Amino acid sequence: MARHNSRVTLRFLLSSFPDRSRNPPLLPSATATFSSCFTTGFDEKRRLLQCNIVREDQQVFSFFKPLRNFIEIKQWGVGIQRKRYGSLAGLVQRNPRFSKLNDDDVRYFEGILGNKNVVQDEDKLVTSNTDWMHKYKGSSKLLLQPRTTDQVAQILKYCNSRCLAVVPQGGNTGLVGGSVPVFDEVIISLSSMNKIISFDKVSGILVCEAGCILENIMSFLDNEGFIMPLDLGAKGSCQIGGNVSTNAGGLRLVRYGSLHGNVLGVEAVLANGTVLDMLKTLRKDNTGYDLKHLFIGSEGSLGIVTKVSILTPPKLSSVNVAFLACKDYNSCQKLLQEAKRKLGEILSAFEFLDVQSMNLVLNHLEGARNPIPTSLHNFYVLIETTGSDESSDKQKLEAFLLGSMENELISDGVLAQDINQASSFWLLREGIPEALMKAGAVYKYDLSVPLEHMYNLVEEMRSRLGNTANVIGYGHLGDGNLHLNVSTPHYDDKILSQIEPFVYEWTSKHRGSISAEHGIGLMKANEIYYSKSLETVQVMASIKNLMDPNHILNPYKVLPHSLTS
Amino acid sequence: MKIMVAVKRVVDYAVKIRVKPDKTGVVTQNVKMSMNPFCEIALEEALRIRESGLASEVVAVSIGPSQCVDTLRTGLAMGANRGIHVESTASLFPLSVAKIFRKLVEIEKPDLLILGKQAIDDDCNQTGQMVAGLLNWPQGTFASKVVLDKAKRVATVDREVDDGIETVCLNLPAVITTDLRLNQPRYATLPNIMKAKSKPIQKFTPEELNVEIISDLEIVEVTEPPKRKAGVIVSSVDELIHKLKNEANVI
Ligand SMILES: Cc1cc2nc3c(=O)[nH]c(=O)nc-3n(C[C@H](O)[C@H](O)[C@H](O)COP(=O)(O)OP(=O)(O)OC[C@H]3O[C@@H](n4cnc5c(N)ncnc54)[C@H](O)[C@@H]3O)c2cc1C
Repeated sequence: MARHNSRVTLRFLLSSFPDRSRNPPLLPSATATFSSCFTTGFDEKRRLLQCNIVREDQQVFSFFKPLRNFIEIKQWGVGIQRKRYGSLAGLVQRNPRFSKLNDDDVRYFEGILGNKNVVQDEDKLVTSNTDWMHKYKGSSKLLLQPRTTDQVAQILKYCNSRCLAVVPQGGNTGLVGGSVPVFDEVIISLSSMNKIISFDKVSGILVCEAGCILENIMSFLDNEGFIMPLDLGAKGSCQIGGNVSTNAGGLRLVRYGSLHGNVLGVEAVLANGTVLDMLKTLRKDNTGYDLKHLFIGSEGSLGIVTKVSILTPPKLSSVNVAFLACKDYNSCQKLLQEAKRKLGEILSAFEFLDVQSMNLVLNHLEGARNPIPTSLHNFYVLIETTGSDESSDKQKLEAFLLGSMENELISDGVLAQDINQASSFWLLREGIPEALMKAGAVYKYDLSVPLEHMYNLVEEMRSRLGNTANVIGYGHLGDGNLHLNVSTPHYDDKILSQIEPFVYEWTSKHRGSISAEHGIGLMKANEIYYSKSLETVQVMASIKNLMDPNHILNPYKVLPHSLTS
Repeated sequence: MKIMVAVKRVVDYAVKIRVKPDKTGVVTQNVKMSMNPFCEIALEEALRIRESGLASEVVAVSIGPSQCVDTLRTGLAMGANRGIHVESTASLFPLSVAKIFRKLVEIEKPDLLILGKQAIDDDCNQTGQMVAGLLNWPQGTFASKVVLDKAKRVATVDREVDDGIETVCLNLPAVITTDLRLNQPRYATLPNIMKAKSKPIQKFTPEELNVEIISDLEIVEVTEPPKRKAGVIVSSVDELIHKLKNEANVI
């Protein structure tokens, strides 16, 4: 791992150890879902299905009482003692069809990878068993670090024949419990597959291994005069393979579109070890079913992505960032409409945060400074433009901003005069997840909601929870993506039952998505019906059965447990 | 009371500097340019003095190519009353800049001239001292605190020196150069950006000011600093101590 990356990861880690103990994983709360069967406007089939799932699961999911135990976490020589709650294992049942790891297995893997890349050291495993939020913890005894596609294929072929469950792991920054084992699944880390294979300066097409860290690719491209079509707060740790597998959205989607458009090719290994070479570097290729899309966003449940080819846009020299205050949500919306028209081709980000998010960042993040301190405003919007002509871009942006001020869409604002100021504005938006971790426990919801209703959800949640929790709303307004976060001092089942299933029902009722960009993972596997029809999910399950008949790839995740166990 | 402030246009602080292949200088084409951070601090200090009622006007000055107007606009958006642009495409060394400032001071007659202690592009740290010498004015360099007494016409300046803080009193008119901890510059707000558009920028050339630009320095070669060697991970405290003693020779 690059030095830089471990530094960033370390920062994440240290900042994400508040003094309070952490809660049990947020598994779909069984009783709450049960009652939802009778209260929402779901169609009959879906209702029945949900009830079934819950009834089936209820035997397993006793409404949990957190079990606390002590563990010691040691990484990079930093030893931290933490109280923590018990793992998920008490809540989902381990699939008994999976074999248990034995010494012969370990010897076999050592034969393929060499001893060094077969990790059994408990201290090292703690990191890979625990997710970024310290909410999900597995108990895997084995971490494998393949260096080639062929090694990945050999590992999977063997695991498939032995019926050993596996978790593909990238940078482990996922936010839905998808990247860590639930029980004793073997962790297959892509970190050692971190080579850039080729870059074509004419077309801007990059081919690299899945374990390349996003930020490393960005700095490689920067030297070549190009940028990645995606950027997100976790860039210092997350890997391109993980980004592809979660179809990560991030901060530049409004400009460059989703990875379904930018990823030109993928090489992936199926559960039985078959290598699918779809590593094309063509923009156009209409030959049959475009299977690479199955690996974009399937969260490691259909195969392991080993290589990626991606279209990168040229780096443009003129970047401007404005940080603006709006009096109400309606103004933010109107501002977005105007920005799309008036800034058109140079608009590269449109992010929003409410005053509660702003206060959280100002209180918990070192170096955060309110650029508009004169008075507190209800909403803040960050607009970034990227173009090729410094003076005309600036003129355009200034004219737009001044016009919006005259129309009273903006009540105040600042325009970054240098890169340092631009970064300090970005910190206020990108620093929210970190600030939330410092503030205590957090319930995260990543929703796509039609713009006009989006903020109503935050307000409704706020009045539901009263003063028991700090409800904040922020996100990629330009993409209709709301990050609804509920921050509380401690995890608390009572609060959880106030949030779920309400938040999912509300989203479903407004024809939104319960996962805009973070994915389904473990957290929402049983909630997928809120956003997808029964028929659709059944086809998904058939695809899963076809590609991974033994269900060894990332079990308990993505699809409802009733369909896969 | 009038305050004159120098604002230099430099390669942005956050840009990764690249040396030209022929080693004659650094790449500046297609590179983000911004106001020198120390100049920002100088301007902020001048604005605070004006806002406290001790001065009535802040004049920002930039010397260099036509794009310096952008830097001046930033200064005006921060709050300077007006700007002066001395346009020159020649390479300017501190002595030439100091001579230009002497002329401008003769024209404008400010009571205080505030500059950054250095510009982050050439790191010369000379202009403030030279212009004080040319004008025969007292100077307070590396200021971390400035207190003005308008009645006595005295500026008290805390200077950051190696062994702590040195406090000096200067009779006005005087030259002050700013250090990093003096203040935290403000952002340019939209209303102020709007106002800045109608603020005047006066133009001069060095010839009009009767200053001859002489290249009294020759740049022989510009090279990158040596690359840092990768670190090593030691396996034990003993090994670390051994290395510190025998390889790094620091303990
Ligand atoms: C601070 C912060 C900010 C974030 N901001 C955003 C954001 O703006 N937008 C957004 O979309 N997401 C965001 N995320 C979450 C995002 O999903 C992840 O950061 C990232 O895309 C996951 O990459 P990773 O390498 O860490 O994958 P991991 O977390 O390791 O894995 C994520 C999932 O992908 C699977 N996986 C990983 N690598 C592979 C592979 N090579 N082959 C097959 N499956 C694989 C895992 O099994 C898991 O299911 C953020 C996270 C953090 C911590």
